[in-house]
Amino acid sequence: MSGRVLLGSSARGPVAEPVPRALIPPAAVPALLVAVPIAITIVDALGAGSARTFALLACPLVADLLTNTVLLTLATSLLGMVIGTAAAMLVERTDLPFRRVFSTLAAAPFAVPAFIASYAWVSLSPKFEGFGGALLATTFSYFPLVYLPVAAALRGLDPALEDSARSLGHSARGAFLRVVLPQLRPAMLGGALLVGLNALVEFGAFALMRFRTFTTEIYAAYQAGFSGAEAAALAVVLLLLCLACLAAEQAMRRRVRYSRLGRGARRPARPYVLGLWRWPAFTMLTLLFAGATGVPIGMILFWLTHHSAAAITPDEVSAGAVIGATLTTVFLGLAGAALTLVLALPLGILSTRRPGSRLATVLERGAWLAQGVPGIVIALALISATVRTLPWLYESTPLLLIAYAILFMPYALVGIRAALLQAERGLEEAGRSLGLNWFGVLVRITLPLAAPGLGAAAALVFIAVTTELTATLLLAPIGTTTLAIRIWDDTSTVAFAAAAPYAAILVALSLTASLVLARRFDLATVRLDLGG
Amino acid sequence: MAELRIAGLSKRFGTKTVLDALDLIVPSGKLLVVLGPSGCGKTTLLRLIAGFERADAGSIHIDDETVSAPGLHEPPERRRIGYLAQEGALFPHLTVAANIGFGLRRRADRERRVATLLEMVGLPQDYAGRFPHQLSGGEQQRVALARALAPAPRLVLLDEPFSALDAALRQSVRDTVADALRQAGATAILVTHDQAEAFSMGDQVAVLRAGRIIQHGDPVSLYRRPADPALAQFVGEAVLIPGIAAHGSADCALGTLPLAGACAEGPVAVMIRPEQIRLTARGVAGSRPALVCDVTFYGHDAVVRLSLPESPGIGISARLFGLDVPRPGEAVGVAVSGDVVAYPAAP
Repeated sequence: MSGRVLLGSSARGPVAEPVPRALIPPAAVPALLVAVPIAITIVDALGAGSARTFALLACPLVADLLTNTVLLTLATSLLGMVIGTAAAMLVERTDLPFRRVFSTLAAAPFAVPAFIASYAWVSLSPKFEGFGGALLATTFSYFPLVYLPVAAALRGLDPALEDSARSLGHSARGAFLRVVLPQLRPAMLGGALLVGLNALVEFGAFALMRFRTFTTEIYAAYQAGFSGAEAAALAVVLLLLCLACLAAEQAMRRRVRYSRLGRGARRPARPYVLGLWRWPAFTMLTLLFAGATGVPIGMILFWLTHHSAAAITPDEVSAGAVIGATLTTVFLGLAGAALTLVLALPLGILSTRRPGSRLATVLERGAWLAQGVPGIVIALALISATVRTLPWLYESTPLLLIAYAILFMPYALVGIRAALLQAERGLEEAGRSLGLNWFGVLVRITLPLAAPGLGAAAALVFIAVTTELTATLLLAPIGTTTLAIRIWDDTSTVAFAAAAPYAAILVALSLTASLVLARRFDLATVRLDLGG
Repeated sequence: MAELRIAGLSKRFGTKTVLDALDLIVPSGKLLVVLGPSGCGKTTLLRLIAGFERADAGSIHIDDETVSAPGLHEPPERRRIGYLAQEGALFPHLTVAANIGFGLRRRADRERRVATLLEMVGLPQDYAGRFPHQLSGGEQQRVALARALAPAPRLVLLDEPFSALDAALRQSVRDTVADALRQAGATAILVTHDQAEAFSMGDQVAVLRAGRIIQHGDPVSLYRRPADPALAQFVGEAVLIPGIAAHGSADCALGTLPLAGACAEGPVAVMIRPEQIRLTARGVAGSRPALVCDVTFYGHDAVVRLSLPESPGIGISARLFGLDVPRPGEAVGVAVSGDVVAYPAAP
């Protein structure tokens, strides 16, 4: 069919006016927004002179922090990879009881932010403070980042490969080790790197666990009174670790994807028989999910119903305060989602309508860097910039919204890309031939078709903003109190019962939004595309 | 209704030349079918005319207006050209009525225009409120045509509009489209790789090969007198046998046959259509002896492959209509009716 062949070749070639030039400046905004805090941080770090910066970094404290951070990141990645892969194997490829229940539960830990998990564990017992507790909370929160891609890879494997290995003389175990496991490797390593990246940028969970990492120490340096250079110097080291992790993850993603070569109907793979291990394996998996979602939800419920059990209850929780914090959180979520989407849309249009153009690729990569920039680094850079040059913007709601837009730009971009691809080029061309100009086509065809997907992208950013702690804590204007800030304040003062209503509403909000999203599209895969 | 003139049109994608200095004229109100094999540049030609792609060289004129020339590229929305894509490209978020009315500027007589167009493409009026996903493939193509015709375009372009439909549906949609185009009096270009579609629908047929128009004419002359042997085989089945041309006829294994049109004298390849070859009893005057090799029966006709005992190495095919079909191995006679075409033999 000549049409198809030619369309294929014309899609590669230059197309007349796929997007007007006026779109290019706004499409550059996301990348610039990400570049600004990185640049400010570097300038601040070197501001006191590079000799002083190196002196700051050469002290034993930094060595301790580096050890803490790197050890915890490695331990979380490794543990997350082992647990995630084992759980995926059990659920996808064995005769484990209630496999389907586990399969639906798999993404649930995403709805519980790590700092809430942390709040639950320290309120259960102070014994969980320190390295062990921090490892526990982050592993439970982030193991789905390995579980989900490995499970997807297992579902995509062609069982005929295993059969071939068996017919070539390998045992079941040999076939697993030599055929199945190598094909899971990209998913396992990619997932582990994402776990590591999340552990590197995590702040709330570690602070509540009283475990010192780069993020908590940057915060402490900032709190101690504007030792800008010290905080920035630490931030640069953290930034380097994060960007290295992100680069490794991206490189892993570009590696060859193993997939089925042939076509035709797929036979489901034969499950491995667990035998005597069936119930022990079931118990282990139950404990895993209980730890990841059961403990946080259970502890919130406990504190909701056992006010007097808390050591300290500073002030009675008033309904007004709860409602106020909820409304503020929802408002910030909606405003943050709207701003992020508006800023991301031009780049989304450019990159879907001019795929493969060098400019679009560069601008998109730039915006994606946001994944490797910790919230605390963005927040401090914005504070440093506004205090000096734009005092009227410092501690204002618009600045907080800009921070959200930088942090969650990749979320919006993934959603917008998927949504805009809904409107095929043929439909837009039909619109042009019927007399609409480029903008008319955008308003009357492209955006209406993309609307559900854009809504989903907004919902994704909304969840991310409502559960965000670090930037909110540092940038919220005085008097602005969100659910996350309340939980943070009360947990820091060991007022666990006081934090409970806020935590309950926050988890309920995030769970509901996640469920609504999961109905619309595969939330898990989108979050994986983003790196959690 | 307008005349389309294309001169020296070229288009490259990377290093691949898709259209190579193409010239074409479509007279006002005519339906031109552009016939060509896969990858010959058909779709690119339409996309350049519509304005979706920019030409590298050459010009496109509609009546007195130049829509594409070096340094000039009228955007598609200002060309007033209707475009019907392979899969219809109906807007999935709009009803049938909203799809058809999409290109109409004035709101005033929109409803009446939509009703007229629905009738023109043979769809019941109550389809107006339906959504594209509630329609069959053939119905979608009818709506897409109505949408393209609604703003009364100067020119309508149809890109393999029937290829996505199954065979049973194709004929009826083809008839509807041909009727609607005639009724609208629109100048139209349809591209296809299907010879039957080209001959049955086109007022004119142009054959596109490797980015150039190699022959352009009415369907009958194109079929009867194709420009070269390859084209003869592309537009239908052809029997090609060697011969010698002299004084307006050609000597070959099937006798001395009258030539249609002039041909240089000397060795030639003689092109005969299988339906020109008649089977007779052996020994009838003017016939040559032949042996039936095999028979393929199609129902309405049958193709018989024959060998000629007097000219070993030459195989011919005859298309027979009617129910008398010979058996393999049978000895028959063959004769040729009508003019034949001869091409100078390759040296």
